[in-house]
Amino acid sequence: MNIFLVLTFSGVALGAIYFLAASGLSLIYGLMDVLNFAHGLFMTLGAYAGYEVATRLPISLGAPTLVILAIVGATLVGALAAGATELILIRPLYGKPISQILITIGLDLAVVGLLMGGFGSTALQIPVPLWLIEPTHIGGLFLPNASFLAIGAGAIVLIGLELFLARTRYGIIIRAGVENREMVRALGIDVGRAFTLVFVIGGAMAGLAGILYSIVFSGDLVSPNQGDSLLIFAFIVVVIGGLGSIRGSAVAALVVGLLQQYTSFYIGGHSGWAQIGDLSTVLLLAVVLEWRPRGLFGRVA
Amino acid sequence: MRWPLRRAGLLVGAVFLGLFIVLPFIGLHLPWVLPGTLDIVNSTGTLEVLALCFMFAGVAVGYDLMFGYTGLMSLGPVLYFAVGTYVFDIALTHWGWALVPSLLLTFGVSLMLAVVLGAIALRVHGIAFAMVTLAFAQAFYFLVESNPHNLTGGDTGLSLSYTRLPSFLSGAVSNTRSLYWIALAFLVVAYLIVWLVTESVTGHVFVAIRENELRLDVLGVRPYRFKMVSFVVSSLIATGGGIVYILVIGTAVPSVVASTTVTLSILIMVVLGGAGTRWGAVIGAMVYVYLQQYLDKVGAEPSFTRLPAVLRVPLSEPQFLLGAIFVLFVFFAPGGIAGLVVRRRFRRASATNLLSVFNKP
Repeated sequence: MNIFLVLTFSGVALGAIYFLAASGLSLIYGLMDVLNFAHGLFMTLGAYAGYEVATRLPISLGAPTLVILAIVGATLVGALAAGATELILIRPLYGKPISQILITIGLDLAVVGLLMGGFGSTALQIPVPLWLIEPTHIGGLFLPNASFLAIGAGAIVLIGLELFLARTRYGIIIRAGVENREMVRALGIDVGRAFTLVFVIGGAMAGLAGILYSIVFSGDLVSPNQGDSLLIFAFIVVVIGGLGSIRGSAVAALVVGLLQQYTSFYIGGHSGWAQIGDLSTVLLLAVVLEWRPRGLFGRVA
Repeated sequence: MRWPLRRAGLLVGAVFLGLFIVLPFIGLHLPWVLPGTLDIVNSTGTLEVLALCFMFAGVAVGYDLMFGYTGLMSLGPVLYFAVGTYVFDIALTHWGWALVPSLLLTFGVSLMLAVVLGAIALRVHGIAFAMVTLAFAQAFYFLVESNPHNLTGGDTGLSLSYTRLPSFLSGAVSNTRSLYWIALAFLVVAYLIVWLVTESVTGHVFVAIRENELRLDVLGVRPYRFKMVSFVVSSLIATGGGIVYILVIGTAVPSVVASTTVTLSILIMVVLGGAGTRWGAVIGAMVYVYLQQYLDKVGAEPSFTRLPAVLRVPLSEPQFLLGAIFVLFVFFAPGGIAGLVVRRRFRRASATNLLSVFNKP
């Protein structure tokens, strides 16, 4: 039972990171019909930005401050990279969805190549304070502190995003744009600015997801291809949740994260089943698509 | 395309084919242009790179049938490529099967998978189709990595055992020449298949599906069956490519033969060459693979390492250069290399933007 609870806890933490990665993708697709392959790049850039911040700043600042600054830096770099991508590469290609997908594929390839050249293809270690590595003892369970960080960040972003989309003027424009872009444009509202904004928000969440994934699930390591492998799961979450739906992404992220943790522990231990955790997410996707092709919360295409 | 141009194209193609057939006998010394350590045209290194070029060119022209001609953006061609490498490899290496039964089994498995998974994936359209095919391919990647029953070798990969292969195919260096011809033959066969299909009535329906699927439905033609045919033929060609790959390289490693990177490379090759043109896909693939190998060599040149880091780091990273070239092409020459050539020949703008037909919202 204890193992089950610990698995549930880390599944929720994984789900929180998937949510951060997937909700931006989902919003971007919902509003602009762009399948953003560069989202994996934004995650990787976030992780590397965090690494740079944590290693370049003086240690005298103290490890906790450094980690917080690293996370802030990752979020900012993700947002900046995504905003620049939208303005320079995506914007000139509006109305050409395939070209936009191809551009994001090329960008991802090129910049990941640059990262490999600049930082090397081997993984780098982010220095983190000891308390992030240690577990907390709650009611007979040892829960890793880093997972609390991921769950906290996921919850804050979910609430913040829901409030932003429900209460602010731009949030309402974005929601309206996801429903019917042409109508919003016909009402004389500049959807272009909403496009940039969605990219910036998505990029910020991707950067955050990138550094959190490094800290919580990959032993504080950053590597040039980490974002691209995370992106596959983000895609799966987006399709299961329904393209364009934040709540769908949140629910699907949680389900996928938990499923992955349970299956990889209970079945993955047997020989030849090592990747069952990853495999089960794809099977879930196939089942959901057969049963409900538009995803859990998707609108009718 | 008008006849004179087509005849000229045939002539150029025939000349190149003839040249490539006799190339292993030409011991020409060509400094600066060749990848590999030796600057000799028929050195083992050069022949191996060219074999890879032909192999990918065949796979690319097969993918073009589905993407360029039928308008189906699958993100899963790597699945059928990897099935080719792994099933063939496992049958020969683990089960000790002979060549012909192994080939039959590999194509049989590929056909079955393509029919079943194609039937599921083609229920959805557009981006969803792309995502579903991507997910299926990824599932196979995870499966291969899991190393079920120690069949695939997991992360370390699986080396091909040559004992059951005819002697001219055994892994000896002296056999690079026959492997080179096999890769070339694969390209010719793949090209001919795609040629025959695209010139047939079925092929014209493919193009009609790409242009306007709804209209076909209204005309009483069921697009589903035709999309299946396109998907299956394209997948079987990819499987053939996988078999050629394992024969030439001799080892299957999941990250190299089964990961999404392969899919994206194939997609890039086709777009770089010009989606919706057969020879464009071939040239795109040859240029891509050749550049990849060549840039790797250039990056390691001693004169290169003296450059300041700002220049050296990006220029010695093939992946960066290829990505950047690709971005430039999508922006400024969406018709790919084929689009550039055709535009130069006709000096008119209408035939150029081959990519534009896919860009209908």
